[in-house]
Amino acid sequence: MNSGSHIHGAKVWSFGDFIDTDVLAPGLYMKSSLKVMASHCLETIDPDFTSKVRAGDVICAGRNFGMGSSREQAAQSLNYHGVAAVLAVSFGGIFYRNAINHGLMALVCADAHLIPAGHAVSINPVEGIVRDLDNDTKYTCDPMPAHLLKMLSDGGLVSHLEKRFAKGTKA
Amino acid sequence: MSQTLTQKIIANAAGRQMVNTGEIVTCRVDLAMIHDSGGPRRVQPILERLGVGVWDPQKVVLVSDHYVPAVDAETAEILDLTRKFAAEQKIANFYDMQGICHVVLPERGHLKPGMFVVGGDSHSPTGGAFGCFMFGIGATDMAGVLATGETWVRVPETIRIELTGQIPIGVSAKDIMLVLCARLGMDGGDYQVIEYAGDTIGQISMSERMTLCNMAAELGAQTGLISADKTTEKYIRDAGGNPGDIEMWQNDEGAPVRVNHHIDVAALPPQVALPHSPANSVPVTDAVRTKINQAYIGACTGAKLVDLHMAASVLKDRKVAAGVRLMVAPASQRVTEDAAADGTLAVLTAAGAIMLASGCGACAGYGAGVLADREVCIASTARNFKGRMGATTAEVYLGNPYTVAASALKGEICDPREYLS
Repeated sequence: MNSGSHIHGAKVWSFGDFIDTDVLAPGLYMKSSLKVMASHCLETIDPDFTSKVRAGDVICAGRNFGMGSSREQAAQSLNYHGVAAVLAVSFGGIFYRNAINHGLMALVCADAHLIPAGHAVSINPVEGIVRDLDNDTKYTCDPMPAHLLKMLSDGGLVSHLEKRFAKGTKA
Repeated sequence: MSQTLTQKIIANAAGRQMVNTGEIVTCRVDLAMIHDSGGPRRVQPILERLGVGVWDPQKVVLVSDHYVPAVDAETAEILDLTRKFAAEQKIANFYDMQGICHVVLPERGHLKPGMFVVGGDSHSPTGGAFGCFMFGIGATDMAGVLATGETWVRVPETIRIELTGQIPIGVSAKDIMLVLCARLGMDGGDYQVIEYAGDTIGQISMSERMTLCNMAAELGAQTGLISADKTTEKYIRDAGGNPGDIEMWQNDEGAPVRVNHHIDVAALPPQVALPHSPANSVPVTDAVRTKINQAYIGACTGAKLVDLHMAASVLKDRKVAAGVRLMVAPASQRVTEDAAADGTLAVLTAAGAIMLASGCGACAGYGAGVLADREVCIASTARNFKGRMGATTAEVYLGNPYTVAASALKGEICDPREYLS
């Protein structure tokens, strides 16, 4: 999990368009613990992902990443493996909210699908700039709405609400 | 300035005169719908951490539908926790094993035009058929709603789908959605609102309108929406609800539309979505002769009373092919009661259909009827993503209930119009 801070030298995992929530969090394991669920994350399209992903890696993907179910285990499974951010051409609307709610950085980046797997990238989520350190290419992301950047830097919705309740104000 | 129905509902919930599309606003929630999978077991730890209870138990509807009936220790535990949560939080609107949330909610009169509703499930757009703004959120988002009674929303634009003409024999709302998935793609809705209009709407039942809005989820829309009319009003009254003033909740003349798409419904053949996406939809004639192991009529999308009627019209006085299993999981307990009363259940079972409990079941891989390696199924459900309905090598085709029933009779995917005169 990150706290909305900058990411430096993260290894890229590259996926295509329309990565759905059944691929990220298969329904068969929805009754199980997050540990069990996370061990099946993305296995239908990349059986090596869970054994090879390392904390701090990032995912770059195409259109509509996280489409389908509202199950937030899709975002949590990536968190479980320490994925630091997901950059995608576009996101499933519910997944996008779920990711931010769990402190998982989700950035809309029109060229995310062009960033090669295995390259190292640096990400500045505030300015919306991604740099491919292997070929010195710069990509731009859509700026995140201010209230979501705040939620991300608080570590997600629950921590964000904790702060607001502690202050005695309503969310 | 002319406002869309969506803008009017969001402005009202945000306590504003008007809102602009693209603007982010905080809204008061009129109703929050949760179920046994994404509900109590996931929100309770968050509420405990925040040290608060549900903000207004009267505005919460809880439905057990994903793990019903319990099949092992884990699912029994989830349901036990769900029941205890309902009691502790004093949630009177708790429907335990009464059917799938998206169908139970309107059946029990909880929805009416103008409401701002969140549901802890991606098929929550179903509620938009009643002229309310209802969209799906995840469990943590829902915990935030239950703690505060509020949530944020980015005011969406409206994508208008104009449907004209009469639905032909053997065709249903499901086919309209499958053809839209193929034409617009799974992200064609761009997390905006898909609003259905045109003369077809006035001719179809609330159940069929629910199918249209339900599958707005498959277009990647935030929700689907249909302005209320006399049919809506009557349904809500019959369900024991109060429709309120439906004239208040209509689009203004000249309200902004991002884009308008038209479908000539009268010319539409039955559609079948090939594995593994609803966007792979083709006319049924392009999918015939695919051998099947299982035919499944179920889910919020495809097992309402009208869906069972469609299946029964094909199955009447006929038998399911040897070696094929036809399973039917009615969308709700009330659907089962009505189907028993009008003779539909007898037609289905006489044809060899195996009746399953009302719930989300095999559609999402949770319950009875999941598939083995390399098995082939045709289902009346909404999604056929890889691995969703069991084994990752299983192949799921989607069709309307006529097509699923006809394919069960023949043992291979076939055009249901062969069996309908």
